Amino acid sequence: MRYVFKTRYEQDLSLTRHGGDVFWYSILLIGAAFLPLVMGSYQLGELSLLLIWVIGGLGTMIVVGYSGQISLGQAAFIGLGAYAHAVMLKIGIPFLLSLPASALLAGAMGLAIGMPLTRLHGIYLAIGTLAFASVAEQIFAHWEGVTGGLRGMAVQPPEIMGLKLDSGPSFYYLCLALAIACPLGVINWLRSPTGRALIAIRDSEIAAKSMGVNIVYYKAVAFSASAFLSGLMGALLAHKISYLAPETFGPLLSIQMLMLVVVGGLGAVHGAYFGAAFIVMLPVAISAAKQFMPQSISQQPAIEPGLFGIILVLFIIFEPTGMYGRWQKIKYFFAVFPLYKVASFRRQKTYMRTERLK
Amino acid sequence: MIETIQFTINGIAVGCIYGLVALGFVLIYKAGEVVNFAQGDMMMLGAMLAVTLIVTYKLDYWLGLAIAIALMMALGALIDATVVRRIVGFPQFSTVMLTLGLGFILRSAASFVWGPDARTLDTPFSAGVWRFMGVTVSHTYASLIIGTFALCAVLFVVFKYTRIGNAMQAASENQLAAYYMGIPVKAYLSLVWAISAGVSTCAGVLLAPVALVDVNMGSIGLKAFAAAVVGGFGSIPGALVGGIVIGLVEMYAGIKLDTAWRDASPYLVLLAVLLLMPQGIFGSSIRKKV
Repeated sequence: MRYVFKTRYEQDLSLTRHGGDVFWYSILLIGAAFLPLVMGSYQLGELSLLLIWVIGGLGTMIVVGYSGQISLGQAAFIGLGAYAHAVMLKIGIPFLLSLPASALLAGAMGLAIGMPLTRLHGIYLAIGTLAFASVAEQIFAHWEGVTGGLRGMAVQPPEIMGLKLDSGPSFYYLCLALAIACPLGVINWLRSPTGRALIAIRDSEIAAKSMGVNIVYYKAVAFSASAFLSGLMGALLAHKISYLAPETFGPLLSIQMLMLVVVGGLGAVHGAYFGAAFIVMLPVAISAAKQFMPQSISQQPAIEPGLFGIILVLFIIFEPTGMYGRWQKIKYFFAVFPLYKVASFRRQKTYMRTERLK
Repeated sequence: MIETIQFTINGIAVGCIYGLVALGFVLIYKAGEVVNFAQGDMMMLGAMLAVTLIVTYKLDYWLGLAIAIALMMALGALIDATVVRRIVGFPQFSTVMLTLGLGFILRSAASFVWGPDARTLDTPFSAGVWRFMGVTVSHTYASLIIGTFALCAVLFVVFKYTRIGNAMQAASENQLAAYYMGIPVKAYLSLVWAISAGVSTCAGVLLAPVALVDVNMGSIGLKAFAAAVVGGFGSIPGALVGGIVIGLVEMYAGIKLDTAWRDASPYLVLLAVLLLMPQGIFGSSIRKKV
């Protein structure tokens, strides 16, 4: 097991813990940069999709994993970002301006929604955000002048200074750049007083309040940051699917975002990557496995949601820390090799704590 | 005027169904503080079972209904005993995700068995209409209202006057004290899940002649959430009143405004209630003690 012996203050500021981290992340980065050379356009497309999901997953991670609020309304922000981006491209605003503008618009919406909604707690917040997302879906479907209504709306391909980014590799690099920049920004942001306030609110709202944390303000900020990243995901997703239809941004998408953070690992930036990989790879894996299934099963359209549901339930019951939590346990097992104790990660027995207070 | 009465009656009838599904939420929430996002899917499954028994196997309507209710009650108790009980004491978030996952599983299981086709159900009382002073009330709509109120009366009697009902109330009020009094709390929680599943089956079967029965029928669950919140989550009469309010709002929004408003209106009402009076109509006001 490695103990990092800190001798300089810069080691506390550094994003990586030790040289090993730098080595492995560099290898990962170089590998990611050279992937387009070895991969076909289909795989590259799936990989871009994964990176897009990472960005949105980070947004959900902030609000759910770090500030501890249940949001079932992420799809509304993703949809807002997607539609805003598509509309702005249509009226001739350049891509480089439209991408941040649509994300900022979603972020502003998140602030406006977050202010009143964050007075709610627990399930009420879940139901409230779900209702907000349902209203937003109706707006996407019925505001025909702008969104094209149920017929949908085509999205123009991205273009930076005359350079078209619609081909596989160039779009992949765009997604890669954003999927590296956003997590770095989020990691730094979470180390700031704001991030610590969010974690304090998650762990105990009463304790945070008595330490002087302005709960309403920080919850709204968390919502806004999450909506910003969701909007960014939406804008990129709009290019990926290239045709927007309102039902894309229905409750299912919100639930998938939550599934992403739960399966990936709540409260860890890495979890967004693991979760995005799960969400994107599962349909691919299912379609690959279909050739080994009997005809009667492989023709069923319901396999995918059913499997998603089963995996979600299994994770909630057996591994609430998600894939990243499991990975850390495996790492710990090898780090302390012969000395691993079953009790190292045993969950404490818990009893029902009521939220109905008298 | 006559039209208004007509629409009001239809709104109340549909609202009763929302109320019944909301009742299912409320029962489970009161007993175990679990919000069951799979309630709508349980309703769908119950309706599917009943339709299969009655239409495909040509059973008598009442017999088919009874068997469907019994099966769904068993399923409800099974879900509680095998899955939901494991996450007692976890944060709210886990229960939300767990029941969402259960809903997915139920829905895709139903689509495995029954496929995507919509079905219809003929009831013994679907033919005629009643007329009073120009207002027509079809027997189907009347059956929704009467069925709902009959079911609520039965539940009321059970909870108020029977030993089992009292034990359930005790368990939901204070689990630990109920344990000390020798009440088998776990068994009663399962029983509450069973009752809730049975109630939503009734809701599904009552709704079947008015709406189509298909795999996506469970989306009514969302509107039932609105009903439960309007009534004050955790209040049984509130669920019913909330359901009727939502039914009426939806009906009138559909008539006075256009369809976009009809679909969005339950959620707008829900948001307004959450923000302006979060305790709902019948909810008790709650103050946090530190």
